Amino acid sequence: MISKEEILHVAELANLKLKDDEVDSFVSQLGKIVNMEGNLGSVDTTNIEPTYNMGDTSTTFREDKGIHTQTREQMFENVPESEDNLIKVPTIVAKGEDE
Amino acid sequence: MNYLNETIDSLHKKLANKELTSKELTEQTIAGIKDTDKDISAFITVNDKATKVAQKTDEDGIKGPLSGIPIAIKDNIVSNGIKTTAASKILYNFMPVYSATVLEKLENAGAINIGKTNMDEFAMGSSTETSFFGDTHNPWNLDSVPGGSSGGSAAAVASGEVVAALGTDTGGSIRQPAAFNGIFGIKPTYGRVSRWGVIAFASSLDQVGVMTKRVEDSATVLSTMAGHDYHDSTSSEKEVPDYRANLNKDMNGVKIAIPKEFWHEGADPAVIQQVNNAIDVYKKMGATVEEVSLPTLKHAVEVYYVLASSEASSNLQRYDGVRYGFRAKDVKNIKDLFVNSRSEGFGDEVKRRIMLGTFALSAGAYDAYFKKAAQVRTIFIQEMNEVLEKYDLIMGPSTTSAAFKIGAKIDDPLAMYMNDILTIPANLAGLPAASVPAGLANGMPVGLQIMAKSFNEQAIFNAAYALQEENKFYEKIPTALKGED
Repeated sequence: MISKEEILHVAELANLKLKDDEVDSFVSQLGKIVNMEGNLGSVDTTNIEPTYNMGDTSTTFREDKGIHTQTREQMFENVPESEDNLIKVPTIVAKGEDE
Repeated sequence: MNYLNETIDSLHKKLANKELTSKELTEQTIAGIKDTDKDISAFITVNDKATKVAQKTDEDGIKGPLSGIPIAIKDNIVSNGIKTTAASKILYNFMPVYSATVLEKLENAGAINIGKTNMDEFAMGSSTETSFFGDTHNPWNLDSVPGGSSGGSAAAVASGEVVAALGTDTGGSIRQPAAFNGIFGIKPTYGRVSRWGVIAFASSLDQVGVMTKRVEDSATVLSTMAGHDYHDSTSSEKEVPDYRANLNKDMNGVKIAIPKEFWHEGADPAVIQQVNNAIDVYKKMGATVEEVSLPTLKHAVEVYYVLASSEASSNLQRYDGVRYGFRAKDVKNIKDLFVNSRSEGFGDEVKRRIMLGTFALSAGAYDAYFKKAAQVRTIFIQEMNEVLEKYDLIMGPSTTSAAFKIGAKIDDPLAMYMNDILTIPANLAGLPAASVPAGLANGMPVGLQIMAKSFNEQAIFNAAYALQEENKFYEKIPTALKGED
């Protein structure tokens, strides 16, 4: 099971805001899914290495050389708001907060 | 243009003999899509630049087998200058400034990107119902789902809108819709194909593959797009065989394992009947078929939903409304910008997966869920590989039922997740796997699933080709298509 407090905590970690009715349905749905996932507890995994990555995990190297890909203009094509060739965002640090 | 009776070969002949130009073919393809999509809705975007590209291809001359042939691309594969959304509101206006390696390779071979197909949002789903752009309909019954997440690609091929489409497969997203639409679909080995430019869902599972009516056409497309890419360090340097040239339908002496757990108690008996008939065909061809056991299969769905959701919650952190995509209005500070853009931009299923993954990775749950699932994955991989040490192929049903009705499972996430039980194993173990049409159950298509050893896609193509040449399922016309019986 998973509690309402846990759901709200996880939403906070995930940068999501849930409406009141969403919170209730997440408590019930995620509770069932997490319950199902809890069946994994019955498998004996003593001394078993976890598999986090697949395929050839060796590090690949390339020459330390700059490659020209997209232009600044291209990189800005999808930016929702910009000013003076910079990405515009709302206040990051409010007045008084940085003191 | 209707592709139901066409193959890459038949089209190439017409183009090479100048019976048809690529420009004409492309114009006719777009007209065909506009007509058929009134019922099917397989596409999110039709490429309005395709005709120009085709004209250029005509001018340069028709070259290899894919030259001048339109192909559909799932909308989570980025395409330079053509909107790419992953079927999400959060990317509703995203215009890529480069193309995925798979697309670039196909375009270098002369293929024409005809448009971007519908899918479950961020490939999370088994019915294409979680798309921000609406449902896609199954050409065998318009009230049924096309499966998912590559439901648009599958329906586009099955309804004759295109000869081939690219899909992606994280837990069955190529094979399940291929089965539901009566076409062939292959997920190659993890690392066989570059994922540069493919919108990430779960990076230890995602792979790009092909969907076509004919096995030989997928062989051609996969050989063209597979191989190492320095942009993707998980892509393998192993040489890519010419799958098409090496096709061999001789099944004599081939050793086939059938895991008893795939003959699931809850499976539809009409589906099982078709799968059993297909396996009998291989016996008649001289293959040996033996039952094996994969005891950890019963935990595969659990492992998958922990790991895939965890990886997704990490991969989807990048969507914050700052640099591209949907940005929430009327926000006062940067935190609200992140939170509101994500909360308004993601659909329910994507939020559910992000929440599940964030939970599994959070302090207090990490060991019991994320690490545990990764350990059980190790056990499962060992079980699969032990079977493949003794056998050439593993076979079973692709799905436990034929296509279900639109709306039937969308409100019950757990029932929806159970759809994937038979396709998840190949993703967890990184193995190549395909679904090939086996027959009809109560009028709806059924797929036989074929898995093989790592990097032995050829064995899958050969076995699928052998069945195709025997049952000739490709001659059947989907029952819901206009003007057909």
